[in-house]
Amino acid sequence: MNSRILPYVLILPVVVFLLAFFIYPFVLVSQQAFQGDDGGWTLSNFQDVISYWKFPISLKNTLLLAAAVVPIQLALALLMATMVSRMNKGRDLILYVWTIPLGISDLAAGIIWLAIFEQSGFLNSMLSGLGLIERPMNLLSYQSPLIVFTAIALAEIWRATAIMLVILVAGIGLIPKEYYEAADVFGASKWKQFIRITFPLLRPSLQTALVLRVILAFEIFAVVAALGGTLFPVLMGETYAYQFDLLNSGAAAAIALIILGISIAFTIVILRVLRVPKGASI
Amino acid sequence: MTVKSKLAIAVSAIAFTCTAYTAQAEILFWSTQAKPVEEAQAMREQVLAGFSGDVDYQPNDGGPWITRLNAELSAGSGSIGVLGALHGDYAAMDPENLIDLSDLGVTSASDTFNNLAMLGTDTMQYIPWMQASYIMAANREALQYLPDGADINALTYDQLIEWAANVHEATGEAKFGFPAGPDGLKHRFFQGYLYPSFTDGVVRTFASDAAVNAWETFARLWEHTNPASTNFSFMQEQLLSGDAWIVFDHTSRLANAFNERPDDFVAFPAPAGPTGRGFMPVLAGVAIPTTAPNIDEARALVSYMLEPETQIATLRTTNFFPVVDVDLPDDLPPSVQAAGNAIAAMSGSPDANPGLLPAGLGDRGGDFNRVFVDSFERIILGGQDIRAVLDDQKATLAAIMNDTGAPCWAPDAPSDGACPVE
Repeated sequence: MNSRILPYVLILPVVVFLLAFFIYPFVLVSQQAFQGDDGGWTLSNFQDVISYWKFPISLKNTLLLAAAVVPIQLALALLMATMVSRMNKGRDLILYVWTIPLGISDLAAGIIWLAIFEQSGFLNSMLSGLGLIERPMNLLSYQSPLIVFTAIALAEIWRATAIMLVILVAGIGLIPKEYYEAADVFGASKWKQFIRITFPLLRPSLQTALVLRVILAFEIFAVVAALGGTLFPVLMGETYAYQFDLLNSGAAAAIALIILGISIAFTIVILRVLRVPKGASI
Repeated sequence: MTVKSKLAIAVSAIAFTCTAYTAQAEILFWSTQAKPVEEAQAMREQVLAGFSGDVDYQPNDGGPWITRLNAELSAGSGSIGVLGALHGDYAAMDPENLIDLSDLGVTSASDTFNNLAMLGTDTMQYIPWMQASYIMAANREALQYLPDGADINALTYDQLIEWAANVHEATGEAKFGFPAGPDGLKHRFFQGYLYPSFTDGVVRTFASDAAVNAWETFARLWEHTNPASTNFSFMQEQLLSGDAWIVFDHTSRLANAFNERPDDFVAFPAPAGPTGRGFMPVLAGVAIPTTAPNIDEARALVSYMLEPETQIATLRTTNFFPVVDVDLPDDLPPSVQAAGNAIAAMSGSPDANPGLLPAGLGDRGGDFNRVFVDSFERIILGGQDIRAVLDDQKATLAAIMNDTGAPCWAPDAPSDGACPVE
């Protein structure tokens, strides 16, 4: 086959798949968001969704959670990736163990952490076993929003740091050893090497990892549902409620588009901030 | 939400996936009821095994249930033969999508139920299948703290609060349990119990002074309610674990407690307020979608579900009571006996003030429930001013009533046209 056409032929199945199962439903959902009950074009779905008293709360919660979780995950993933790349023995084993949470569904992860924080959960049993508390405390209650927030953030950090880790480990592996050897010759400390070599050369991977992670952070749902129930409303939970509790697909589509808008905005910001100058690749 | 109910969701999700591989010859019974694995299995082995044809019973959560049904309806062809769901699920559908079952020759013994089953048309769009209600249950250890002179079968809200306060004081823990979790049926308590008991209405009296009093009373009860209630959805779990001693819930969501430890718990009627003892039925029905592959077989199955023997088998399986006249056998499970007695005491009490299920709301039933759930979250959990919240939520409620034009239902006084929020 003509080698100029071959690449297009090879990606054709993926393109068809995406068109049929992603782009087409996406167009339908976008239409739904802008259509009223009578089928005419309207913004009323967006008005309904935004004027609902829980919308500002769930928007604030979603953004706060992303702001708390993503930087910690970034720092942790960077640390773990550097550690793994310096290891000679047992590197694969450690990497596999660290990425186990990646293989667990987010609902399952939420349930695991629920088993820890519940009134009759592991944390309470441990504390009372050690004699630190008299009887099990109710940690995940509406009276302690901070603990609920912390529990959700912990579960998210535990569950989704690995996805950044994997990308960063691959990125670090691409950095030529010569740079570090040269740095050693000039007597640069390990910290200086990290700041001056690893970090700048890791920019493309950081970009990918952050974009992926931030988008996922705005889509957080199952972990929150498991740990916070209705105590901690987030945007994705509202989407679910509109679709399945209120059977209002228009409003659900509208709020989904709002999440999409936020994701796109943050993606653009990340791409701008971590821009790799043209021609400055490794 | 607890681990158990999470597992139930996971299992039903698996069941949902499995349905794609079932054979065509069976009738697909697509249901939102009897979801827990044991109940679903008992439905297959004890209830549906007696039917002449093969039935594939597949219970599901409301979301997947309506999604697949709507997909089949809009495709114009489908594999679902018979539907099993709550009145509210059918009310949210277009009656045109269900086959008229008036000529089937089976109906329930209750005219109220038969009327509800017409979904606002002149014909039976579904057939009432089984009924239940919400009751109270308590751990026997709590009985010693009953206020002096209080009759457990004729409690008032004040006595209930005093009782819960006594338990709170004696044990140092708030042990009233309320299903305020994400899957809990809290809205039905407000619509069918609190409001009728204090305001003799639901819609008309939504923001009345009596309603303010109702919420104040509930707030006093909340002081003695286990704060983890916002994670409780099936109160049988907290009864069994001891996290709650006095609870309110759906009869079938209390059944396990009575069946596992029948001697430890008592069931009793809901309390009474200034305007009587409000309570509400739960009604499930069977229907046939217009896209059913084999309508004659499906009709036969619907008739079979209404036979007295099937109804008794269903009662044993699901803890939902028959809707036709049957002689109940003596060897029923403890949960059924306990619930049956409590419901009888509740409906037979001199101050009984039965409410009906919301009717005529169409697909706005979810919005209607949300008005009550939001009021609860803002007043009780958020600590906002009752009068201000009710005045604010009132506008939403009025909009729903005007949009749907739904007339008032009991205990609200009848209305011409849409039920007004006064």
